[in-house]
Amino acid sequence: MADLPALEAAASRIPAVSRQLAGPRGPKPRPALSRRNAILYGTLIVLAVYYLLPLYVMVVTSLKGMPEIRLGNIFSPPVNITFEPWVKAWATACTGLNCDGLSRGFWNSVRITVPSVVLSIAIASVNGYALANWRFKGANLFFTILIVGSFIPYQVMIYPLVIILRDIGLYGSLPGLVIVHSIFGMPILTLLFRNYFTSIPEELFRAGRVDGAGFWGIYFKIMMPMSLPIFVVAMIIQITGIWNDFLFGVIYTKPESYPMTVQLNNIVNSSQGVKEYNVNMAATILTGLVPLFVYFASGKLFVRGIAAGAVKG
Amino acid sequence: MAGSIVDKLIYPFSRSARAERTARHTAERAKLRETARSAGIPSVSVRDLSLSFGTVAALEHLDLDVMDGEFLVLLGPSGCGKSTLLNCIAGLIDVTDGQIFINGWNVTWEEPKDRHIGMVFQSYALYPQMSVRRNLSFGLRSARVPDDEIKRRIARTAEILQIEPLLDRKPSQLSGGQRQRVAIGRALVRDVDVFLFDEPLSNLDAKLRSELRVEIKRLHQKLANTMVYVTHDQIEAMTLADRIAVMKSGRIQQLGAPHEIYGHPVNRFVAGFIGSPPMNFLSGQLEPGPSPVFRAEQLHVPLDRYKFDDRGAAGGRCVLGIRPENVAVGAEGTARPFSHEVEIEIVEPMGANTLVWTKLAGTNFAFLVDSESGMKVGERVTIGFDPHRASLFDDATGVRL
Repeated sequence: MADLPALEAAASRIPAVSRQLAGPRGPKPRPALSRRNAILYGTLIVLAVYYLLPLYVMVVTSLKGMPEIRLGNIFSPPVNITFEPWVKAWATACTGLNCDGLSRGFWNSVRITVPSVVLSIAIASVNGYALANWRFKGANLFFTILIVGSFIPYQVMIYPLVIILRDIGLYGSLPGLVIVHSIFGMPILTLLFRNYFTSIPEELFRAGRVDGAGFWGIYFKIMMPMSLPIFVVAMIIQITGIWNDFLFGVIYTKPESYPMTVQLNNIVNSSQGVKEYNVNMAATILTGLVPLFVYFASGKLFVRGIAAGAVKG
Repeated sequence: MAGSIVDKLIYPFSRSARAERTARHTAERAKLRETARSAGIPSVSVRDLSLSFGTVAALEHLDLDVMDGEFLVLLGPSGCGKSTLLNCIAGLIDVTDGQIFINGWNVTWEEPKDRHIGMVFQSYALYPQMSVRRNLSFGLRSARVPDDEIKRRIARTAEILQIEPLLDRKPSQLSGGQRQRVAIGRALVRDVDVFLFDEPLSNLDAKLRSELRVEIKRLHQKLANTMVYVTHDQIEAMTLADRIAVMKSGRIQQLGAPHEIYGHPVNRFVAGFIGSPPMNFLSGQLEPGPSPVFRAEQLHVPLDRYKFDDRGAAGGRCVLGIRPENVAVGAEGTARPFSHEVEIEIVEPMGANTLVWTKLAGTNFAFLVDSESGMKVGERVTIGFDPHRASLFDDATGVRL
């Protein structure tokens, strides 16, 4: 063959060819402020402001004293920062006869949320596991009933549940509300777990059976350790859902065991006295802190859990 | 007094009682295995097994015996029921009808763990969150085998499979071949009566597959355990099996030694399924008589030396099958009882040899020649074969004549 470097050298002396040889090379340069970028980031920024503005107003207002609020400029930052509204919202705001603020509601909510989450996930994960791996007689019927259950509006079931709880003597108590939350979480959680367990290769389950593990052995030793992401997802769904619940809380409990959301409503909507906007704002933020914290703490896991539909061994 | 009653009540559920029961069970099974072996009872036998999913029949009245120490391969195209049969033997699928015996013990209603079988899966099915050591010991721990015994058995298994350096790794840190080795180890460590393999090499690349194939063969020679092996790869089947069961649509078509299946297929399906490149089929007419002849268009194949399975066949439409590797070319071809001149249409070099396509009696016909033979398209050559190496099938039923 011909001497390649020499050939190239000769070719580069011809202007047209040399231009071709010197042509673009490496990564294509991208202008930082192209039209595309401007539109993209512009839209994102506008949307972000749109969503963050209410939060900003809340935080700012909650740090102002009442005289400052009466000036009416809701966007202006506080001149004298005061944490008194927060303290009042937490400890001394009055709802009806109680004047111990949101703290009572907070602990009620914790007492409702924790057992509800644990109970509903424990039952639903076993349900999902049984439905996905142990094809028992009537499994399809059971599954259909669950799916139908998830489509029935809650309102239909409220009154029958009141009667049932009254008859078994749990109406108005925290355990009653825990049971209600667990029941209502069941369809969606079972579906979630069933779909996740179905995505785990069936051969793993079969290997477990050949190795002599039983129903619980396979569940605890093989399935559960593989399913951390879906447990986290289920926990997020349940914690935020149950914490934010208002309807069941107001129906199935008594005033002294109202959850935080109901107490928040009672503080904000109290008809007597001056409307203390700063206290209301602080109370609202306090109530929203738990779900907010859950999202921030589990943000990455949450996305991973949703994306982890197909886990490979 | 009360204490002793409680103790008695609790005792059957205590750890030591369970271990005792397991030990007794194991001893019983070992005795059973010995008796079965000395009495010549098949290691696995399947009697009149049927399985249907709704109205779809997956297995139909299947009978199969696997002798002690035998390597039986279930071979067939996908959807033929071979994996289903294996899962039935393992107890992972409930049968619709029929019985399954392992060492003469009716296990039809037994749980998989009580059948003394080990199973190796196509996707390895290693427990991802456990180390290799935990994977191996999982079955033993479930069976409450004492710790020092577990340790001993893992050491032995790891040595046999040469996976000692991998024991503390997670399955995700292993290569495909290593994973499959661990999967085999998981069956090995439990000291089972029967090994069941469900397409264990299908997920590996060609090179690893042939390596592990040899290793499985070596393992079988060393352990002399009964093994049932499902595959759709006929090379695996031919190389590994003592006997092959060729399956199609839930039935065993032919059960026999590899050379028997290859040389003496009982029907057209088996003939076409086994062998690569596949067998050539020529449609024609059988003329019976003292010297029977196969006729297809202008061809005349004398069948004097062909061993008929069923001499009573009255002739009629039939199919002659001849393997590409049984065809001779040139002077050698002319010397055969049947020879014919053909024109070469396509030449496919395959490395070791060359596949040549031509037309015989109007149908495509392939034969293998040495890669050095230098055949050219358009060339005319004489090919010939021994009719007694051919197979003759009834055209309508596909049964061997």
